[in-house]
Amino acid sequence: MAQEMTNQNAAQAVQPVLSVRNVGMNFGGLRALSEVNLDVLPGEVVALIGPNGAGKTTFFNCITGIYTPSEGEVTAYPKNGKPKRINGMRTNLVCELGMARTFQNIRLFPSMTALENVMIGRHCRTKTGILGAVLRGPGTRREEQEVVDKSFEMLTKVGLEKLANEYSRNLPYGAQRRLEIARALATEPFLLLLDEPAAGMNPQETEELKQMVIRIREEFKVSVLLIEHDMKMVMSLSDRIYVMEYGRIISTGTPKEVSEDPQVIRAYLGEDSDA
Amino acid sequence: MSRANILRYLKQALVASLWLSFLTLPIMVIRVDTVEQTVTWRWMHLAYMAGGSFVLALIWYIMMERRDLSQAKRELETVERDSALMRFLSDPRFARPLMAFGLLVAVAFPWFFSLYQTNILISALIYVVLGLGLNITVGLAGLLDLGYVAFYAVGAYTYALLNHHFHLGFWAVLPLGAVMGAFFGILLGFPVLRLRGDYLAIVTLGFGQIVRLVLENWGSFSYGPSGISNIDRPGLFGISYSVEQATTYMYYIMVVLVLLTIFVTARLKDSRIGRAWLALREDEIACQAMGIDNTRAKLMAFSLGATLAALMGVVFAAKTTFINPASFTFMESAMILAIVVLGGMGSVLGVILGAFLLMLLPEYLRAFSEYRMLIFGATMVLVMVFRPEGLVRAKRKVYKINVEAAG
Ligand SMILES: Nc1ncnc2c1ncn2[C@@H]1O[C@H](COP(=O)(O)OP(=O)(O)OP(=O)(O)O)[C@@H](O)[C@H]1O
Ligand SMILES: [Mg+2]
Repeated sequence: MAQEMTNQNAAQAVQPVLSVRNVGMNFGGLRALSEVNLDVLPGEVVALIGPNGAGKTTFFNCITGIYTPSEGEVTAYPKNGKPKRINGMRTNLVCELGMARTFQNIRLFPSMTALENVMIGRHCRTKTGILGAVLRGPGTRREEQEVVDKSFEMLTKVGLEKLANEYSRNLPYGAQRRLEIARALATEPFLLLLDEPAAGMNPQETEELKQMVIRIREEFKVSVLLIEHDMKMVMSLSDRIYVMEYGRIISTGTPKEVSEDPQVIRAYLGEDSDA
Repeated sequence: MSRANILRYLKQALVASLWLSFLTLPIMVIRVDTVEQTVTWRWMHLAYMAGGSFVLALIWYIMMERRDLSQAKRELETVERDSALMRFLSDPRFARPLMAFGLLVAVAFPWFFSLYQTNILISALIYVVLGLGLNITVGLAGLLDLGYVAFYAVGAYTYALLNHHFHLGFWAVLPLGAVMGAFFGILLGFPVLRLRGDYLAIVTLGFGQIVRLVLENWGSFSYGPSGISNIDRPGLFGISYSVEQATTYMYYIMVVLVLLTIFVTARLKDSRIGRAWLALREDEIACQAMGIDNTRAKLMAFSLGATLAALMGVVFAAKTTFINPASFTFMESAMILAIVVLGGMGSVLGVILGAFLLMLLPEYLRAFSEYRMLIFGATMVLVMVFRPEGLVRAKRKVYKINVEAAG
């Protein structure tokens, strides 16, 4: 596993699935990100941690096309495909390429059922157009059934099969977070981007979530880039960790390396604590 | 309802009625006759005002409480409950015969009712299609379009002008009108792609006004406010027929078009495209992040809605044989929007009900025609307060899961 290698060695040895070079982002005068370098290797779980307002969500928005980075290069390496420069690419195309995300403040489609929410994820992998939808020939029906079945399968993977026909707004909080993951998985990504998936969950739910991420990674062979505040989860789940503060990566390495880095301890505990 | 609540509502209603009586005292009670230079004090009016507003306020408070109670209850339940009527309507055992009966009535209608009634029904059917068209844009895709009537005008003028200059017939222009509608839908769609909510509403409102103003002022093109007359009725293999037969013919054309529209919109609603529209309506950013091309989805919704409106424009021109810009004012757009909102955004059945309600009631309540807009406004307010989802709540399809395939 990548755990044993150090970051630099690994990045040179294996082709990454995502490589970010010198990315910066300005909001007017505010410098939200600067000189961010980050790699995700195949099958890896990489965590991005940092204090509130460090720029983690902004970073996700920059690599998924919601914002266009002010500078730098973001390159994706889809399975059996050519490397693709994706900064400034339209969000839907980034998703179609194979990078699917969840949101820190849950963004489901509230008046659609859980199943339909996942079915939306299948949109970019299906083709039916207006004419096909109106005529509903055998091809369309086959595709529809496939969408339903595949989506239900995803719901099963996150343990929501019993709630398939509930409106997503009526689901409990933890279930909504898992539903977002199922929806992202339905797009057949090679890289799953999770923005604080355990936020608001109790310790038991968090543990279940952790097991789920491990299972998903094995089964779908996806890499995971994870923003998380729950240190217990981050330390036990990730292969590598990047620590961000004021829009800069201040430390990177294995969980052990990072947790012993004085820079990180200072960032988390404050300036005074090491005095 | 508890006694304490009743007492509180009584007190609130009393305060409201006293306040209103005081405010309206000068206009309701005092009457100054400037010719005879006398002042009359009509104290009875004060009593009416106080009594009336007291009763209305009381009813209002009690209804508000009931609404809050039922809403709280609904939020507690995880499963959405349908009203008894909706359960009845969605049960195929009742729905099938009901639909067959409705179709039978629709087919037999012109033979049992007068020309006047048939004409009214044709108008209502036109609004059913307009409502269903706008329902795609507003109800499904969530793009608030306040200039929808512009596309209706595009269709009507396409037929009127082509007929006037080139004597093209109804059937030839019908598809042409649809194409023109789609074209104008995309034309409006492109510049407003980035706009949402209020901004979109204002731009589309402006678009509607521009189209009407152009039609009114570009005399050499559209014949200005005096409009275009002597438009041909739909041809029937070159057979000539009386006005009465023409109405019946028009009626059947409309019945077929309505059925087609229902079929198309219902199918679209439960398809890949329809789901994409819903997702777009619910959360644009999440929708795009899940791989849906927002631009395409929006343009599709705009142009499909516009296509249906333009089709109806052609029918309208052929039905009335005369059109002028006065038929395409903002009031029309507002009316069609009211049909969609009142009926239930996103619900095909709801929009049909809404169209019949809003188009037929005013016809049969001519006695109250002076209060028409007042009643209309009050109804809209009441519906929005007590049934914000419209008469019929849009229901999501329950998909059959192929368990073996799902493993
Ligand atoms: N659209 C925007 N316009 C202006 N400033 C922004 C915008 N989005 C984010 N910011 C700013 O960028 C900084 C980083 O925000 P970001 O949401 O990325 O933090 P975060 O690391 O995700 O924090 P948290 O842990 O609280 O989620 C903040 O100072 C925020 O105010
Ligand atoms: Mg964040």
